[in-house]
Order: sequence, then structure tokens, then C-alpha cells
Amino acid sequence: MKGNEAIAEAAIRAGCLHFFGYPITPQSEIPEYLSRRLPELGGCYVQSESEVATSHMIYGAAGVGTKVMTSSSSPGISLMAEGISYLAGAELPVVIVNIMRAGPGLGGILPAQSDYAQTTRGMAHGDFRLIALAPASVQEAVDLTILAFDLAEKYRTPVILAGDGVIGQMMEPVVLPEATVGPPLKADDWALTGCVGRKPRKVSSMFLDPDELNAHNFKLKARFAEIARNETRFEAYACDEPLDLLVTSFGISARICRSAVDAARSEGLKVGLFRPITISPFPMDALREIIGRSQRVLDVEMNTGQMLHDVEMAAQGRCPIDFFGRCGGLIPSAEGILEQIRASLAQLPKGGVP
Amino acid sequence: MMKPTTEILLAGFGGHGMLLSGRLLAQAAMEMGSQVSWLPAYGPEMRGGTANVAVCIARDQVGSPYVECPHILVAMNAPSFDKFAPKVKPDGLIVYNEGLVPNPKQRADCTALCVNAQEVAIAAGNIRAANLVMLGVLVGATELVSDDAVIAAIESEFAAKARFIPVNVAAYRAGVAHGKDGRCAQSA
Repeated sequence: MKGNEAIAEAAIRAGCLHFFGYPITPQSEIPEYLSRRLPELGGCYVQSESEVATSHMIYGAAGVGTKVMTSSSSPGISLMAEGISYLAGAELPVVIVNIMRAGPGLGGILPAQSDYAQTTRGMAHGDFRLIALAPASVQEAVDLTILAFDLAEKYRTPVILAGDGVIGQMMEPVVLPEATVGPPLKADDWALTGCVGRKPRKVSSMFLDPDELNAHNFKLKARFAEIARNETRFEAYACDEPLDLLVTSFGISARICRSAVDAARSEGLKVGLFRPITISPFPMDALREIIGRSQRVLDVEMNTGQMLHDVEMAAQGRCPIDFFGRCGGLIPSAEGILEQIRASLAQLPKGGVP
Repeated sequence: MMKPTTEILLAGFGGHGMLLSGRLLAQAAMEMGSQVSWLPAYGPEMRGGTANVAVCIARDQVGSPYVECPHILVAMNAPSFDKFAPKVKPDGLIVYNEGLVPNPKQRADCTALCVNAQEVAIAAGNIRAANLVMLGVLVGATELVSDDAVIAAIESEFAAKARFIPVNVAAYRAGVAHGKDGRCAQSA
């Protein structure tokens, strides 16, 4: 299946029957697919007048306790920023798919990982962080879409699926969960479902009392810390032994790095790969431990160096970090990364590992 | 570099159907138990220029689905040939359409196979099936997948337009015959 269609079908199988969105390359197959499938299933598909409207439509849908998703690509996600902040403040479980393209501004329609910083630092005004999942294959896009709905429900938070144009446009074989339509959202204790016979509820991001808002901010922070403890995910590939070079990368570029790492290892080079799957919360401790037994780090991204700051934080200056990036829609090739791996290794002090 | 993965790039003008040829190839390989990926160039290129798709076929796991230097190039037209032939890995295979690649700059270190895809397609019944001729030449020359698997993929692809199945199968088979006897082959 094509990545975008696989994400759309995975959402249905996770129980999402409500979608609001607006077309934008390279994610338009998601709304296209759901515009056909959701009405067949008795669900709801609305093409909004803008992404700003979308972000508030999903607020409304989640507020009444439905499982809901939207998808867009970089410039459209920026337009949703206002609503995303409100969703975070009101603790609403929604899934937001960002099939990233090259920026800034309208940029280009080709794949990029240009929104790492935006995605992992909250995405909008206010003081909050969101869960963000970065798939490296179409199968993982399916698995993480389903996980995104689970985490959104469990922690009452928006969850970002951070893909890119390659993930969206590529076809690969996938295995889907058997359930044709997953369970509805469990929101009995907070959703606005009509208050006849019970106390009225409120879903809001407005707290005019400073003490109350202070407490709310720290509650959100504590919840994100809990998420970091329980839900941080990563892949450490060929990282068991001490390494001359650790390659760090996420999403599709990590997938390409894996080919380069395999090639390097077949030449006898001691190279491993660390790939955060939750780019937020970032697997800081796990990366720090591996960097602790690596001589040097090479960070590879399809941007000018955004995850690089998290890698630097993990390294705490313990070893040199090189960076290799391609942007604008260019994709680093495995051959190009292998060349960078060799260049990084050439920087190591002669005589090899002490 | 990344054996045992086979990386194939199929390229032509938008509308030539090379993306479809690639999809049929990937589908056939998947049905035969391989891991596959299909990654189209969806950028400004495909809007009125060359359209190309990278197909990777692997025994275990496809690493990078992005292909810069393929093992095999299938070039439908001159711009595709000129752009990608220099990037084919040494000892690679280049299948090109001699009808639309009049002056191919041959690689001494690769095997080249050519066919007049449009002519063969017309003989098979429809010029629009030229993309299936190219796919046939590729499969005939390499036996990457079985004819049965490709034909099953064609039948599934055209299930809603069944009247197009026979001509596509005929064009594919004509291509296979061409690929098998290596007519027009220039080897290093």
C-alpha cells in the first residue's frame, strides 16, 4: 500500500471514523482515501475551508468524545498551530499527521524533515509538549498510527505522526490489524455528551485564575514526564559493542542510514545506528548511554540540523558530533552517507580506539 | 553496494506508464515472497517532465528505498536515458526504448538491451501498452519475477477494466520474448 493510504486505513482500524482536513501535497491521499471510506462506514469526512478551521473542528469532535484525526503537510500544520495549542490546553485526544515537505514558507512539495524542531518543541504558543512518532517504513507508519490513537486516549493529549514525503508516497507491503473498525474512544468521564442527570462538564483551555493555570501547566508537565518514562521508543541497531562511530537519524533518513551502516559494517567498520521512534519525548537517556561508548557521532537529517540539538544534549560534550544534512527535497543516498561515515571515522585519532 | 537487494529505476515521460510498470513488478515480487518498495518521484519532474520510480526487491529487508545508483535502469525516452544511464552501477543492466532513445551514449561497463517499445506494443494491439513491453524485456532478461506473478498483477490492476487485460498481457509477453533472446543487446 501507499504510505498515505496505509495511514488512513490504519486510522480506521484504530477506530477513527471522523476526519477533518484540507488537501496539500504530499499527503493528499489521506483525505482522498478517507473521503471515500468514511461515509461507507457511517463515519464523517469533512473537507474544511482551511487548516485553521480543521484544527478547531477536531477540537469539537474530540470534545464530544469521538476518535478523530487530521492530516496535513508542513505549511498546513503551521496554520493549525492555534488549534493545536488549544487542543493541548484542553487535553483533547486527537491524532495529527504531518507528512513533512521542504520549507520554509511554501517551500517545495518534496520530502524533508524540516519540522523536527516545531514538532518536538510543542508546535505552538503556550507551555506544552506533545508526543511525536516518526515512522521509517510504511509498516511502521501503520503501527505508529494505531499507537498514536492509543497514546492520545491513554494520556488525553494530541499526538503527532511525523512522516515525510517519502513515507507518504512510497508503496510497501503492510500487515494491517484484523479488526476492520477499532473501538470507539473511551471518554465517559470527561467528554461533553449531554449533562442530563449528571453534573455539567467543561472542555476548555482557558484558566483566568493564575494559580489554577500554574497548576494546570505543572499537571501537563508531570503528565509529559510520565509519558517520557513509559512510552519512549527507539531502535538501537548494531549498538551492542563499543563503537568508533554512532550514526543518529530519525524517520526515513534513518532507514537510508541503516543501509549505509550495513555497508560500513561489512567493511569491518565499528559503526552503529540510533533511531528515536518517539522524537518527542526524545530517548535522551538511551542515547546518552550509547554515546558513552562511542568515539564519535554522525547525525544525519533531511534538514540543516534540528535533532542535532537533542543529540548534543545527550552527548553533553563527551564526544565530537558531525552533521550531514540534505534539504529542499533532496534525499541523502546510502552511498553519500557511507562517504560521510568514512570521513567521520578519518577524524578519529590515529591508532584507533584507545 | 547493498546486495542482496536489487534496485531498479524505471523512467519515462509522465503518461508513459513507467510508474505502473514498476508497481506491477513490485506487486509480482511481493507475491513471490520478496520484500519490496516502490518510491515514485512525485515532484515537479512528474508535472510535464520525466516521471520515474525506484523499485527495490530484497530477500530480507529493503534498506534505503531511495535509489541513486540502480543496478538496473529501464529508460523509456532520451531524457530518462541521458539522466540516469550514467548512474547505473558498474556491471548493471540498461533496458532502453530505441524508438525514443535515438542516440544512446553506451556504457562500456554495463549490459544494454533495447527494444522499439511502441512498435512492439502496436503489434500487440495498443501503443499505450509500450510500458508493459519494457517491463517484459526487463523480466525476460533478468527473470527477477515469474511471468505468472506479473500476469496476476496485471489482472488485478485492470480488474475493473478487464477488456484491457489481453492487450497488456500480449505486450508483456512480446517484451519477455524480446528480453529472453537478447536482441539488440550490446554487452561490454
